[in-house]
Amino acid sequence: MADTPLLSVRDLVVEFPTWRGVVLRAVDGVSFDLRQGEVLGLVGESGAGKSITGAAVIGLLEPPGRIAGGEIRLNGERIDQLDRRAMRRIRGRRVGMVFQDPLTSLNPLYTVGQQLIETIQTHLPLSPGQARQRALDLLVEVGIPAAERRIDSYPHEFSGGMRQRVIIALALAAEPELVIADEPTTALDVSVQAQVISVLKRLCREKNMAIILITHDMGVIAELAHRVAVMYAGRIVEIGTVRDVVKAPRHPYTRGLMGSIPDPAAEADRLAQIPGVMPRLNAIPPGCAFNPRCAAAFDRCRRERPVARDVGTSQVACWLDDEQLRQPDLAMVAR
Amino acid sequence: MSEMTTTPAAIRTRPSVRERFASAWDSDIAHSFRYSPVTMVAAVVVLLMLLGAVFGPWIAPQNPFDPGSLNLMDGKTAPLTPNAFTGKVYLLGTDDQGRDVFSTILYGSRVSLFVGFAAVAFSMLLGVTLGLIAGYRGGWLDAVIMRTADIQLTFESLLVALMIFGFTRTFIPPGSQNELAVPVLILAIGLAEWPQYARTVRGVTMVERNKEYVQAARVIGLHPAIIMVRHVLPNVLGPVLVIATLGLALAIIAEATLSFLGVGVPPTQPSLGTLIRIGQEYIVSGEWWILLFPAITLLALALAVNLLGDWLRDVLNPKLR
Amino acid sequence: MSAGRALLEVAGLRRVFDVSKPWLNRVIEGHRQQFLHAVDDVSFSIPAGRTFALVGESGSGKSTIARIIVGLIAPSAGTIRFDGLDIAAIKNPTELRQVRRRFQMIFQDPYASLNPRMRVADIVAEPIRAFGLLSDSAAVQNRVGELLALVRLDPRDGLKYPHEFSGGQRQRVAIARALAGHPQFLVCDEPTSALDVSVQAQILNLMRDLQEQFGLTYLFISHNLAVVRHMANEVGVLYLGRLVEVAPTRELFSLPRHPYTRMLLDAVPDLVMSGRARTPVQGEIPSPIDRPMGCHFNPRCTLANDRCRQEAPAVRSLGIGSVRCHTPLGA
Repeated sequence: MADTPLLSVRDLVVEFPTWRGVVLRAVDGVSFDLRQGEVLGLVGESGAGKSITGAAVIGLLEPPGRIAGGEIRLNGERIDQLDRRAMRRIRGRRVGMVFQDPLTSLNPLYTVGQQLIETIQTHLPLSPGQARQRALDLLVEVGIPAAERRIDSYPHEFSGGMRQRVIIALALAAEPELVIADEPTTALDVSVQAQVISVLKRLCREKNMAIILITHDMGVIAELAHRVAVMYAGRIVEIGTVRDVVKAPRHPYTRGLMGSIPDPAAEADRLAQIPGVMPRLNAIPPGCAFNPRCAAAFDRCRRERPVARDVGTSQVACWLDDEQLRQPDLAMVAR
Repeated sequence: MSEMTTTPAAIRTRPSVRERFASAWDSDIAHSFRYSPVTMVAAVVVLLMLLGAVFGPWIAPQNPFDPGSLNLMDGKTAPLTPNAFTGKVYLLGTDDQGRDVFSTILYGSRVSLFVGFAAVAFSMLLGVTLGLIAGYRGGWLDAVIMRTADIQLTFESLLVALMIFGFTRTFIPPGSQNELAVPVLILAIGLAEWPQYARTVRGVTMVERNKEYVQAARVIGLHPAIIMVRHVLPNVLGPVLVIATLGLALAIIAEATLSFLGVGVPPTQPSLGTLIRIGQEYIVSGEWWILLFPAITLLALALAVNLLGDWLRDVLNPKLR
Repeated sequence: MSAGRALLEVAGLRRVFDVSKPWLNRVIEGHRQQFLHAVDDVSFSIPAGRTFALVGESGSGKSTIARIIVGLIAPSAGTIRFDGLDIAAIKNPTELRQVRRRFQMIFQDPYASLNPRMRVADIVAEPIRAFGLLSDSAAVQNRVGELLALVRLDPRDGLKYPHEFSGGQRQRVAIARALAGHPQFLVCDEPTSALDVSVQAQILNLMRDLQEQFGLTYLFISHNLAVVRHMANEVGVLYLGRLVEVAPTRELFSLPRHPYTRMLLDAVPDLVMSGRARTPVQGEIPSPIDRPMGCHFNPRCTLANDRCRQEAPAVRSLGIGSVRCHTPLGA
C-alpha cells in the first residue's frame, strides 16, 4: 500500500446557516484517513453528521451548507476548495457516489443504458460504441442477469435490488479510486441487502477500490468494512478496526450502541439502552457532546471537549483514562 | 421496572393565552412576515382598505348615494381645487352629479369587499366540503364531483358567473331584482370558483387519508365524518388559505368586471366597478379624476391581496425554507 | 381467561387485490385481469400474554395481515376469532366497537402516525373520549397524564405538538394512545424500523415492560430478525403471502425447517463476526402478481424437485412447529 493515504480528511467543519441567522455545525472537527482498497465505515445515528461528511468529500453539500474549516486531500491534493468546474472533473471520475434511495436516484425517463453511457462519456474519451460496451461490462460486473437485454430497460422495470446494482454500476462508470456509499442497503430487503453487500465486497477486492460506507447499520459494517469511525453529534468518538470496535468497543457511546443492538444469535432479557437522545444541532452541550447521557461522565467531560488519542490500535475521544477504557464491562449503561 | 412518576393533581392541556401569543410571535411564519417589507406594506394597504370600508359611513364627508345630500353645482370639481360656484374643496374631486369621489370610493369598496369576502366564503365552504368527500370516499362519488368540476372548469369563470347570474334573474320577480342582486352576485361568483378548492382539497385529502394518523383514527373507530373534519381538514387548510387569498382578489375583480358591464350590483349600491364605468365616460371630457381614483383603489386592493397570497404560499411551502 | 387459551385465532385468511388495468384499457389493449394475492391461506393463533411475530420481506403480506386484523382492510376470505368471537359475524356496530376497543395498533412511521395539528394530550385523549371511558374533562386529563408517564414521558409534554418530539418520543406517544382504551391486544407494525438503534432499544424495552405489567398480547410485524428474536415467543415466516414456517423463537433460529427461513437467517449480517458458513442468497423475490406455480419459493430453492414446481405444499405439523414444504430441512 502506498504511504500517502488515498483520502485524508483533517479537522473538517461543515456549517449550515439557518434562515433565522443561527449557524449550525453539522460536522465539527472530523479527521480520518483512507487507504487505497480500504473500506471505512462511517457509522452513527440520525443527525450524527455522517451523510454530510460524505457529501462534503464529494463536493455535494446542499447550500447553504458549506465547508467552514479543515481540509480534504485526495492523493495529497486539496479538493475542498476547488471551483465548481474542477470539482465536476473529480466527481464521477475519481470519486464516485452510491446513493441511498434506488427509486429516486435514477431518472425514470431514460433507459439504464442511456444513463450509464452518459456518465461514461462525460469522464472517459470513448466513442459511443465503446461506451456502450463498457456499460454492458459494468452491468455484468454488478451482477445484472441478461445484461444485453436489460441495458435498454427503464429503471421502473427493475426491482429494488437490481436498481441499486445499477447505481453501483453508475458510480463505477469512470473507474473512480474512491466510492462513497451513503446507506446503500437501507431501503432493501434483508436478502437483497446481502446480495448487494457481496457485490460491493467483490468489486472492492477486484478493483482495489476504496469505499466510505455510510450507514447506521452496524451489521453491514461488520460484513463489509475494514475500519470504522463512530460519529456522534458531528464528531468522531472512536475509530479503529472493525474487529476492535465491534468486539471491544471503548468509548461509552460505542459501548452503548453495541449493547443496544439485538443479537440474532442469542436472547437477552433486556437490551442495554442509553438514556436520552442525541442532541439536536442547536443544542449540543459544552465539553463532550455525549456527557449528559454518559454514566461515567465527570467534571472535565462537561467543560472540555475531549481530544482523540490512541488507545491500543484505535483512537478514542474520551477523557476516561486508558485503564478505564480497556475495561470489558464499564457498567455504564442503564440495564 | 417501570418508574411510575406521581401524577400531578391536574395537568393543563390548554396553553394560556400568553403562551399562545408568544409562540405565534416567535413562529417561523411571523418571523418571515416581519422580515418581508413588501408583505408588510401589502398587509397595511389591505388593513387600511378594510378599515375604510367598515368605518366608511363615519369617515366619509358625505353619503354620495343619498340624492338629498348632493348639490349639482358641486359637480365636476377637480381634486383639491375650490369649486367655481360653491367654493368647496374636495379631496379627490367630484363626479358629474356632485358626488365626492373620496366618499364614493369608501362606499364603493364596502360593496366590493363585502361581495368579495362573501363569495370566497361561499366557494370555500362548498369547495372544501365537496373536495373532502371526494378525496376521502373515492369511488363513484369522487368521480361525479370531479367530473362536474372539470366540466365547469372548461368555461371561463367569469362566463359561468354571468350565466348563473342571468339564469337566476329569470326566477326573481322584477320588483325585487335590485334587493337580491347582491346575494345573487355572491352566489354566482361563489359557484364559479368552487372547483379550485375542491380539486386542491381532494388531492391533499387523498394523500393524508393514507397517512397513518388517519388510519389510527379509523382503528379507534371514529365516524368518517369526524375523521374528515377533525383530522384531515386542519391538514388541508394550508393550500386552501392560499387559494382563498388569491381568490379574494379574483372575486373582487370579477365583481368589478360584472358591475362594469352593468350586470353586477344595482345602481343603488355601486361598487368600485360601477364607479369605474361611470368614470370612463368622462375621460374624454377631461374629468380624469372620476375614473382614476376608483381604478387606483381597485388596483391597489387587488395587488395587495395578491401579494399577501404570494407570501402566504411561499411561507407555507416547506421546500423553500 | 386462561393464560394458555388463544386470544387471537386466524384461519384461512386470504386477501386478493384487483390490480387490473381499467376496463377500457383491457379491452383495447387486450390485457388479462391481474390479481395480487397479498395474503394466501394464512392461519395462526396467539395465546394471551404472548408475542407472536410475523417476519417477511417485501410482498410477504405481513402489513396487509396486520391491517386486516385491526379492521382497516376487509379480508377476501377466512375467519378471525378474538377471544372466541368471530369478528366478521358481529353485525351490530356498537358490539363491534366494543370488541374493536380491545385491540389497537402501533404503526411504523412515527412521523406520520400522529396528527401534526393536534396536541399530544389531545391525541392520547381521543380514544378515551371516543370509547366513552371517561367523560369528565379533568378525569380525562388525569388519565392522559398517567398514560404519558407510563411511556416515560413528562405529563407536561402533553401541551406540545408532535413535531417538537424526536422519533422515539413520538412512538411513545403512539404507544400511549394505543393503551388509552385498555386494550388486551396490540398489533405492532414495524414499530421500531424507522428508529435509530439506541432509541429502538428503549422502545423495545418499554414494550416488554408494558407487556409484563398489563399482560398484553402482541402481534409483532417486522423484517428485522434480530429484533424478532428479542421480542417474540413464536415466529411465523411469510413468503409471498403464504406462511411457510411457524415455530417457537428458539427453535426457529437454531433449527429452521424451511429453506427460505434458512436463507433469511443466512442473509442477516453477522455482527459477532463468527465467520460461520452461510449459503449466498439466490435470486430475488418474484412479483406478487405473477407468482411461481407450486411452491412459490421453488425458483430460488436448492432443494426444489419436480413436485415443488407443480404442487403447492400444504401445512405440515412438525412437533412444536409447522412448515409448508415438500423438502423441509432436518427432516
